[in-house]
Amino acid sequence: MATETAEEKFVGTTRKVTAHLTQNEGLSFEKSAPGKKAYRLAPLDVPEVDAKALLGDAAREQSAELPELSEIEIIRHFTRLSTWNYAIDLGMYPLGSCTMKYNPRVNEFVSRLEGIAEAHPYQPEALAQGSLEIMGLLRECLLEITGMEAITLQPAAGAHGEFTGILLARAYHQAKGNPRKTVIIPDSAHGTNPATAAICGYEVVNFKSNANGGIDVEALARAVTEETAALMLTNPSTIGVFENEIHRIADILHAKGALLYMDGANMNALCGKTRPGDFGVDVMHLNLHKTFSTPHGGGGPGSGPVACKKHLEPFLPVPVLERGGDGRLHLNYDRPQSVGRVRAFFGNFGMFVRALAYILANGPDGLRQTTEDAVLNANYIRHKLQDLYELPYTTPSMHEVVFSDRRQLRNGVRTGDIAKRLIDYGFHPYTVSFPLIVPGALMIEPTESESREELDLFVDAMRQIAREVEENPEMVLEAPHSTRVSRLDETTAARKPVLRYRTQNTGSRTQG
Amino acid sequence: MRYLPKSDAERAAMLREIGASSIDDLFAIIPEEYRLTRDLNIPRQMGEQEIVDHFKAAAAKNANGYASFLGAGVYRHYRPVVIDAIVQRGEFLTSYTPYQAEITQGTLQAIFEFQTMICELTGMDIANASMYDGSTACAEAAMMAMRVTGRDGVIVARTVHPEYREVMHTYAQHREAASGHPTQEVGYGADGRVDLAALEAAVTEETACVLVQSPNFFGVIEDIAAIAEIAHKKGALLAVAIAEAVSLGIVRPPVEADIVTMEAQSYGVAPSYGGPFCGVIAAKEKYVRQMPGRLVGETKDKQGRRGFVLTLSTREQHIRREKATSNICTNQALVALMATVFMTVYGKEGIRELALQNLAKADYAARTLSSAALAGAGKLLFAGSPRFNEFVLQTEESPDALNARLLEEKIIGGVALKKWYPELGNATLWCATELTSREQIEKAASVMAQITAGVR
Repeated sequence: MATETAEEKFVGTTRKVTAHLTQNEGLSFEKSAPGKKAYRLAPLDVPEVDAKALLGDAAREQSAELPELSEIEIIRHFTRLSTWNYAIDLGMYPLGSCTMKYNPRVNEFVSRLEGIAEAHPYQPEALAQGSLEIMGLLRECLLEITGMEAITLQPAAGAHGEFTGILLARAYHQAKGNPRKTVIIPDSAHGTNPATAAICGYEVVNFKSNANGGIDVEALARAVTEETAALMLTNPSTIGVFENEIHRIADILHAKGALLYMDGANMNALCGKTRPGDFGVDVMHLNLHKTFSTPHGGGGPGSGPVACKKHLEPFLPVPVLERGGDGRLHLNYDRPQSVGRVRAFFGNFGMFVRALAYILANGPDGLRQTTEDAVLNANYIRHKLQDLYELPYTTPSMHEVVFSDRRQLRNGVRTGDIAKRLIDYGFHPYTVSFPLIVPGALMIEPTESESREELDLFVDAMRQIAREVEENPEMVLEAPHSTRVSRLDETTAARKPVLRYRTQNTGSRTQG
Repeated sequence: MRYLPKSDAERAAMLREIGASSIDDLFAIIPEEYRLTRDLNIPRQMGEQEIVDHFKAAAAKNANGYASFLGAGVYRHYRPVVIDAIVQRGEFLTSYTPYQAEITQGTLQAIFEFQTMICELTGMDIANASMYDGSTACAEAAMMAMRVTGRDGVIVARTVHPEYREVMHTYAQHREAASGHPTQEVGYGADGRVDLAALEAAVTEETACVLVQSPNFFGVIEDIAAIAEIAHKKGALLAVAIAEAVSLGIVRPPVEADIVTMEAQSYGVAPSYGGPFCGVIAAKEKYVRQMPGRLVGETKDKQGRRGFVLTLSTREQHIRREKATSNICTNQALVALMATVFMTVYGKEGIRELALQNLAKADYAARTLSSAALAGAGKLLFAGSPRFNEFVLQTEESPDALNARLLEEKIIGGVALKKWYPELGNATLWCATELTSREQIEKAASVMAQITAGVR
């Protein structure tokens, strides 16, 4: 075999990115100096007070060691930090089941309108009709989109929505005399599903996916008993495939008095084309920060409304929004069968504003076109990569496609390595090693927000990486090569956690 | 549609390339009976100007230009403009959870700074990257205490925010049914603070957690040292909830606590009719492995450069699934960034000065509105106890009548407490912050005087 020199080994050409300088920046504490200030309060128009005299022992003795910086240093600090981040505004995120779509700017503008942003949850309802109208219209739209009959906007995120939905299921069963014991969860499910079931006091029955990565309906029929509270189903599944026997699944569950919970994370494949309420779902959550464009913000906030059928309505979290005889909206707290509150106040209201703005910007035709483009984009990627990356399932993909790293593994390269190399090509990685049912998964969801140009750049990058895997695997194994930091030592970070900054002043504190 | 970057020609070309005759081919897997053949019945597509007009109309239906004395878990504080200048940057706003550390060092370092500053303010060793809000943070803290101690009893003070207590009950209900150990509530004394004798009687060897709030729902600062002693004597953990984060600038942090749960909304987050806000859990270092939520840690890369990563992920749902410390995935990251900028802008001196101003304003408001010289003055409850920026007034007039009259002068008065604390009769909870002007306080006082003049 001829040996190749390093210069001859294939290294792909990055077309989406070019190397460029980014500013360095330390921690804010490292630039702090006593006396620097970035604020000036208005003078006090009431008499000054002596904190020690008023508070006694409750007065703080030692100030918190927060940094002392000027305004320009703060602007530079966070601006520099921001330039080290990838973001949707910079390019595609192929992350599966995250639905990293465009976050419209009008959403940000309207949520900051003074009457909306400054509303206090306890201000009199007569002075909050604007906020209540926003909640009312969003509810109506989401009910129409999902085909469900009742809804709560209270949960703060998807997992919180799952928690609420399973609580509803539990309350429903409890009211019939037996809360039941188990929740069936496919092994392809997002980790929040079993975590949620456990927190609600249910035993998790892990349900093996069939050869197509979907639900084995015959096996399900055998698994569902009178002690099954619910099946938690993601549809389309986490491999992007629609459960086309969903009506049989619903029937099997209902025959034993069990409920069908749908994880609505993948609604971007269904919105405007079909409705979960129509195909037998009893209760489901939505992710406003996925399907409905509210921004991910580096990890949150989200919002996880829960929609359900009439038979679960009495158990909804309190308060429930209703329109009175006088035409005004009001919050009804008199709900004796409610599961209670799942959080203070009414939910992540700021995200309701953004989601509603998104729905209004789209209308019925826009939402349908959005869904169609999302599914088209995913299928385009599937078509253009299936010769190089293994498709574990031949079932049609909807809004996301899952490959496995089986072919690349022959060269010792895994999905995680390919993902890191993708960074050098200017993309955020796809979802790595999930769902668990696909060994070495590459889960790709482009969303509708990607132009053909961006998709082609992504395909080009993945194709070049595939060639690098064959001809120059080290290039991939050592990636990324172009970032400010290379692969970080996560092992030491976990073994010896350093979770805060310390100077000599901040040693250990015994006294406040 | 203007958010979609494709022309019809491109769509057609892509369909041809993948061998589909039409887009319907890609949806054929949906059983025909469930395919929608009609438009969704939602409002028609709107242009940007129409959307703005829609929400401006909604905003106009809310209170505008009112003076407000509302607090009760959501506080009006000035938001420095640099907060939005920073969080509106697309690299923060539209970035994902920092699982890929090499391209999210901005987010990760900002969280590390957040965690550090929360520790400094609360007197704890470790803090997480946020929970949904103060109420769910309390529920999670109780579960954390149960994991740490292996016990399942929980005691909550009645002086904890009523909605926080409701949330804790929601999270606990099935567990309580299974264990037979309901969450117990402990009342308060004439001083508006936790009844220490009642607490002592309630804590047993089965108690995992005593949870109090300070400043409490009445604005009164609890005797944390005494409460801690009671809890620790029986091996229970003490969790202290803080709803008004600005208080930490001037009020002694609850260093005797094992867990601190905080709502950081006061740090530069708009009231926004109740959310999104920013819960945090902070704790003593030894409890780190039972902490829920994301944690950012410092580490090095292969070249020895400092960097930050999400760490101790085996606690979390994406690794541990049903054995996770919490089911939380999405948190409140961007809101925590607002709080991070706020804490950085005010800094060591500013956070103290801000709190001192709040103390002064609320003291003036409490004295003015309860002044013996004021006809129609409310009686200041718990007058002898230390408090921060909230206080309780008891009036002859019903809160409805009082607040209706105040509204005529475009003043939103305190929250009526009867529905949660019927024993307090005609009591209202008032808050004054650095944004409350002397003029507004004196106006409220004169309205109260007029009511009495009308009654007598």
